[in-house]
Amino acid sequence: MSAPVIDPVRPAAPDTPAGRRPRAKRTTPARFDTALGWSDKPGLAWTFRILLCAIALGIFAAPFLTILSGAFTANASGSSLSFLPHDSTLLNFKVAGERGIWDYFTNSLVIAGGGLLLQLVVCTLAAYALARHRFRGQALILTLFMLTMMLPEEVIAIPLSLVLGDVPVVHLDLKGTVWGVILPLGAWGFSVMMLTEFMRDIPDEIEEAARLDGVGELRMLAQIVLPLCKPALGVAGVLGFIMIWDQYLLPLIAAKDPTDYTVTVALSVLRTDPEVGSGVVLAGAVIALIPSLIVYLLLQRSLVTGIAAGATKG
Amino acid sequence: MTATVTTPVARRLPRKKTVVPWLFLAPGLLLALVFKFWPMAKGIWLSFFDVRPFLGDQWIGLDNYTRVLTDHRFQDAIGHTLVLGLGQSLGAILLGFVLALLLEGQARSLKIIRTAVFLPAVTATAVVGELWRLMYYPTSDGLLNSGLHLLGLGPVQFLDNPNLALYSTMAMGIWIWAPYNMVIILAGLAGVDRSLYEAAAMDGVSLWQRLRYVTLPAIRPALGIVLTLAAIRGLRVFTEVYVLTGGGPAGSTEVWMTRAYTLGFTRNDIGGASAASVVLLCVTLLLTVTVNYFRKRGDAR
Repeated sequence: MSAPVIDPVRPAAPDTPAGRRPRAKRTTPARFDTALGWSDKPGLAWTFRILLCAIALGIFAAPFLTILSGAFTANASGSSLSFLPHDSTLLNFKVAGERGIWDYFTNSLVIAGGGLLLQLVVCTLAAYALARHRFRGQALILTLFMLTMMLPEEVIAIPLSLVLGDVPVVHLDLKGTVWGVILPLGAWGFSVMMLTEFMRDIPDEIEEAARLDGVGELRMLAQIVLPLCKPALGVAGVLGFIMIWDQYLLPLIAAKDPTDYTVTVALSVLRTDPEVGSGVVLAGAVIALIPSLIVYLLLQRSLVTGIAAGATKG
Repeated sequence: MTATVTTPVARRLPRKKTVVPWLFLAPGLLLALVFKFWPMAKGIWLSFFDVRPFLGDQWIGLDNYTRVLTDHRFQDAIGHTLVLGLGQSLGAILLGFVLALLLEGQARSLKIIRTAVFLPAVTATAVVGELWRLMYYPTSDGLLNSGLHLLGLGPVQFLDNPNLALYSTMAMGIWIWAPYNMVIILAGLAGVDRSLYEAAAMDGVSLWQRLRYVTLPAIRPALGIVLTLAAIRGLRVFTEVYVLTGGGPAGSTEVWMTRAYTLGFTRNDIGGASAASVVLLCVTLLLTVTVNYFRKRGDAR
């Protein structure tokens, strides 16, 4: 899942003022609103659609209930899972805690927090230079950042693990430290490209006016450009977090021993532990699931307002 | 920088134009250089060596490549990677398209369903792997097997049967990527001119014709993006396989990257693993360039 979501902004588009307009005006019947011409009046097709939606929910969302119910079920095993917990208990979380799940979770939070901060700062700075300046070699630099998207961790894993053990020139050993995971995540081509495109759309007049007032480069970025690209920063933030939280191979190769693992990698430690059952693994899975769930549900809403702001701005 | 601000305009402009952007670019370029491009160069370099810690590396030319490409486990892995990549990509695009058609619309209830259905795409792959491992539990009271039991079908060894494990992995991949594709295709659907649907209705075309001649051409760019991403993803698939089966049983789900990982980290054959990674990198680049070429040609037409 390290590949970027190309357009995370659009799914929310139907909720923007522009998207809602046709419904408010009701100039066309509902059956022209969708490709399949779904009707919004109760009937045979309507019932059929509800049935299919229920199936879709059953396939894509219901399995998450299994994680939850298993995590709260005493002595849960793969053979006794259901969608609702029977004898609910917190025992699984206690055992998972004894196996150090909260330490792994802390590792994950530090890496996600630090990595995201670094990524946003680095990518914003680069995007500002690419979008608001003209210089020799600009096209080449843009291509380089695009290339980083073509170089996922999987492909360079083996040499990267050597580099992490002995960083060129400074000869630092980053293995076993959070920096070994954070630093390689700093330059994310996707964020750079997206922020660059967004910053390019800021009208030159605003920048020129600020320059006449004697605003320097850093203030220009912090006080003029950044406030105008909040929506894009929201997108970069939510996608960056999900991308970092999903990292598997990188924390695996950057670790010196299993205590350096992130919570997602640690799930396999719990699974191969013969003394703990599936319930404990699921408790770990719930812990690993919750942050990405919170970020997704919260920022999904901020994406919508971001797009609405973008629509009124342009 | 303070000097540049106070100097006269004539001198300020050229200096500003050259130095300032590079200062802003420096952190990103440095990180990309050290953690992306340097490892890539190092990987290419090492692929020509017999890497021996403490003894010094020895130049062996293309030996690593011939060894990797003639190794029968790597050859099996190519087959698995292609089957998994193709099946997973096409399955996820098809299912994503169906989901998009089903869930297109502005009603609040649809929005909530879309949010729920998109969950697999934002969940960490490792979590999804644990979830599916339990759904695939091999006894008749496992989650999926109890469903099959109701239909009178015996317990299926989803992950322990070498003939089935690859397809079980594929099903999980489709589950992860279909909602993701749905979102991209929905964006394409949102861009279809509604008056076209109305005009089509006037002309009395069937639903199938409307889909085929109005909707599909309109979302072709979106499908192109989905296809490119899926193809690249399919070739470098690692985490899904690693967390679900670890390449087993009996190597039946071993893909290119899990094989390279085993070679590099378990067997310490850095040269061979580097060669395998370089091969993958070349194929990925080639594929991207080809797809982009055909897409550009398609757009020009």
